[in-house]
Order: sequence, then structure tokens, then C-alpha cells
Amino acid sequence: MEKSLSWREFIITRLIQGAGYSAIVFVGLIFFFLLREGLPALGDVDITSLLSVRWYPIEDYFGILPLITGSLIITLGAALIAVPFGIGAAVYISEIAPRWMREILKPLVELLGGLPSVVLGFLGILVLSPYIRVFLNLPTGLTAFTGSLLLGGIAVPTIVSVAEDALDSVPRAYREGAWALGATKWQTIWRVTLPAAKSGVLTAVMLGIGRAIGETMTVMMVTGNAPVLATKLGSIFSPVRTMTATIAAEMGEVANGSAHYHVLFFIGMMLFLISLAVNIIASSVVFRAKKRAERILS
Amino acid sequence: MVDKILIENLSLQYSDGAESLRNVSMGIRENAVTVLFGPAGGGKSTLLRCLNRLNDLTDIKTSSGQILIDGENILDPKTDVIALRRKVGMVFARPVPLPMSIRENVVYGLELAGETRGSKLNEAVERSLKLAAIWDEVKDRLDEPAVALSGGQQQRVCLARVLALQPEIILLDEPTSGLDPISTGKVEDALLELKKEFTIILVPHSIQQAARTADYAAFFLTGELVEYGEGKSLFTIPKQKKTEDYIMGRFG
Repeated sequence: MEKSLSWREFIITRLIQGAGYSAIVFVGLIFFFLLREGLPALGDVDITSLLSVRWYPIEDYFGILPLITGSLIITLGAALIAVPFGIGAAVYISEIAPRWMREILKPLVELLGGLPSVVLGFLGILVLSPYIRVFLNLPTGLTAFTGSLLLGGIAVPTIVSVAEDALDSVPRAYREGAWALGATKWQTIWRVTLPAAKSGVLTAVMLGIGRAIGETMTVMMVTGNAPVLATKLGSIFSPVRTMTATIAAEMGEVANGSAHYHVLFFIGMMLFLISLAVNIIASSVVFRAKKRAERILS
Repeated sequence: MVDKILIENLSLQYSDGAESLRNVSMGIRENAVTVLFGPAGGGKSTLLRCLNRLNDLTDIKTSSGQILIDGENILDPKTDVIALRRKVGMVFARPVPLPMSIRENVVYGLELAGETRGSKLNEAVERSLKLAAIWDEVKDRLDEPAVALSGGQQQRVCLARVLALQPEIILLDEPTSGLDPISTGKVEDALLELKKEFTIILVPHSIQQAARTADYAAFFLTGELVEYGEGKSLFTIPKQKKTEDYIMGRFG
């Protein structure tokens, strides 16, 4: 073999290897940076003060609890809205819709996924929130519920797209086997197709939720941004403030190196850990499901 | 002997123009094995899938003619397709065991039909596994996953799953194409027993299998029924030149 050829092989292999490792390196560096800027918050501010319920940085109140509950309540609401709608739409597109309808709907849903979130937020302020204020007779339409609705809307296209792919990849033989046994369309979907596509559908849900947790612009625009601890069920109809919106709103005006600055990074760290946890749970569930499927189908 | 199924002037074309049937007419006898054979793309599977209306879910461009089962035209839009599929069971080329235990696999169709009584279900499990000639092999491990069985055993469990619904007609689409000779022999032996009770229509995976199992045989070529007659005479003295050529292995 020519020497130049083997050299080229070597370089290309190393380049691809480098590109692969870089993903890990970048995530590692980001996490390191977050730790470096965020951990000093524990020295600047008491841990009890951090876990208190008052967020008022100008007077050195750094309670991040209301921000965490704000994020959680909105994400939970969004998931409750997006999961049934998303899976329902995916089932409709993949199993029920006639072909021409599928060919219109699938690209349309994916287009919806590319909608800039600021546009959705704009629609939320102008259209959705006045309607919610009047309809539910609330003092303001900028509530956690409004944010949940919009975030649900943002998560739906992700869920539909990924779940539809998963349903679509279920072998036709499974469906035909069920039909030939006299199963109705609904029985086939519910008892054969959906269970067979379970891991893909779970991935879809997790990706959708991940998208919702990290969303900033929309929630900043429509949730009212009041850092109030959500203590009861009715809190969903009052304004809240999320972790993401807090960082986005305050990072620009904070003094570099101050306690406030470190606490904002500390919040970023929490956010990073939460989405990491979601991803790890998702992939371990999927991994387990896949191993089981492989065992069964081998 | 009476004709259980009467196919009259059946024509069908798929939207993608792949396979089709052209003006097929034939009667299928009760309590016999009728074999549909011929090269790929001849319309055998298409015909099979018309008989339980599984083709409803495929894109079909045109279809005409009728299929009478016990005198009723099942292609009539008013036909209860779910009831039809319980009456006309089907076994596929690749065994499709569902990811559950052997017992659950067998009673699956019954449960879908709304049967919940445990005694009925247990009785159906034993009866249909015996009919499918696999009872002795699995009776001590009914609660193990069906996918742990060998391919031949899986296929017979799938057959039992169909039998549990107490159909009248059984369609088999190359049921032994993935099986070893011993398993194939067991499935064929089971069919010999089953034809006493059921009407069986088989698409075999080889001419040899066609010759071994056929009471009646129909030769299909590019969507047309070329020759149809008793198995013994058709495989020894075929009337049509094309049939002879195919049986002799001159094409296909």
C-alpha cells in the first residue's frame, strides 16, 4: 500500500475521532464553567437563605425555591397538555389518517416545531392571555397556566415528530397479525402498535419535556415573572417566574463577580443538572426497553 | 363435498401496480387443503388477503367480482369485517408471537373478542394447542414467553392462536418458509389433522410442499388462474403447458 494513502486514512480517522470527542469536551467545559461561577454562591450566600422562599436580589434575598417550583409547575402543566395531544396526534398521523392527509400533516407539524419561541410568546401576550384573564376571571392573564399552554404547544411538535417515527417503524406484520385475529383498529393501536413503539414514544415525551424545561423566551413573556412560591393547586392560575426567565432577565444587569452573579450561575447549574437527570432517566428507560425488545425479538 | 367458498370473476389492482388478480373464478371445497401455488407476483397472497379482507388496509386501485363464503358476498361493504376475520383465520410467513406468554398469545384473539371467563380461556388453550400439535412440547411451560420458543414452535403457537377463535377457514401464507424440515413436517402433519374440521387454503413455499399437501391445487401466473384441479392429477398430468413447465422447473 502507498504510504500517502495510509497517512490520509490516519488523519481522517483522527479528525473524525476528534469531532466525536469534542462533543464530550464541550459539555465538560460548560459544566466546569458553570461550577466555577456557580459554586462560590454557596460561600456568598447562606444555604438556608438560598433555599428560602424570597427572591429579591436587590436587598440580598436569594431564595431560589420559588424559581424552581415555578419551572416545575409550568413544565408539569406543559407535559400534561403536550403528552396526550402529542401522542394522540402521532397516532392519528401514523395509524388513522389517509395517506394524503399524512403527507400534509407531517411537514406541517415539523414546520410548527421551527416556529421561533418569541413569536409564540408574542401571540401569548396579545391573544391568549387577555382571553384567559376574561374567561377565567383572573386579575391578570399572565399566569403559569398561560405559560404551560404555550410550552405545551412548543413541546407538541417534538413529541409528534419523534413518536410518529417510532410508530411508523413498527413492523407491518404486527398490525396485520392483530387485524387477522379480528382486532379492531383501536385494539390494534392500543394493545399492539403503541406497546411495540414504547421506547420511541418515551423518548419523544422526554425530548418534548426537555424542550419545555429549557424554554426561556416564551415563559418570560407570558408568565408574569413574579417569584412567588407555588404552594397550592390554584397557584397555576397566578403569575410565576421560572429559572430560565430569571437568568435571562437579570444576567445582563448584574455586577460581574457579585453574589447575585454567582447565584444566577448557581441556578444555571441546577437547570443543567435537571435536564441532565431528565436525559439520563430517558435514556436508561429507553435502554432497558430496548434490551428487553432485543431479547424478545432475537 | 360442497364449495365452502365461491370466487366469481375477482379482479384487483394495487395502486402501485405491483401485483394483481385478473378475472379469477374458483370454488374452494370444505374440509380439504387447497393449495395456491406459482411464481412470486402471481396473486396468491393477494387472493388470500381478499378472503379475510386484510387487503382493505392496502391501497387498492380497482377491484371487482365477488367472493361468496357460505353464500354471502364478503366483499359487500356491509360485511362485518371483524366477525369475518374471526371466521377466517390467517397464519403468516413469519411467525409473529406477541411479547407475552404462550398462554396469553393463544387467548389473545379471544380476549379481543371480549371473552373473560377463565375456564373458557383455559379450555381454549389446551384444545387449540393440541390441534396445532404443540401441546406436548409446551404444556409444562405455558407461562414462559412465547418468543423463547424455536421458530417452528412459534409458528405452531401462532396457528393455535388462530384456532382458539374457532374459525371455519384457515389461510396460511407460506407458513413454513422460515422453518427447518422437521418443523415443516410437524406443521404439515397438523394440517392433515386440521382439514377434518376446517377448510384450509395454503400458499406453500415450494412445489414439493404443494404436491405433498394438496387435495386441490390452483396454479397462478401473473394474476391469472392457469389451472385448477385435484392435487394428484394436477401434479402428475397437468393439462396446461405452462403448469407443466413450472412443475418441471423450466421457469420460475
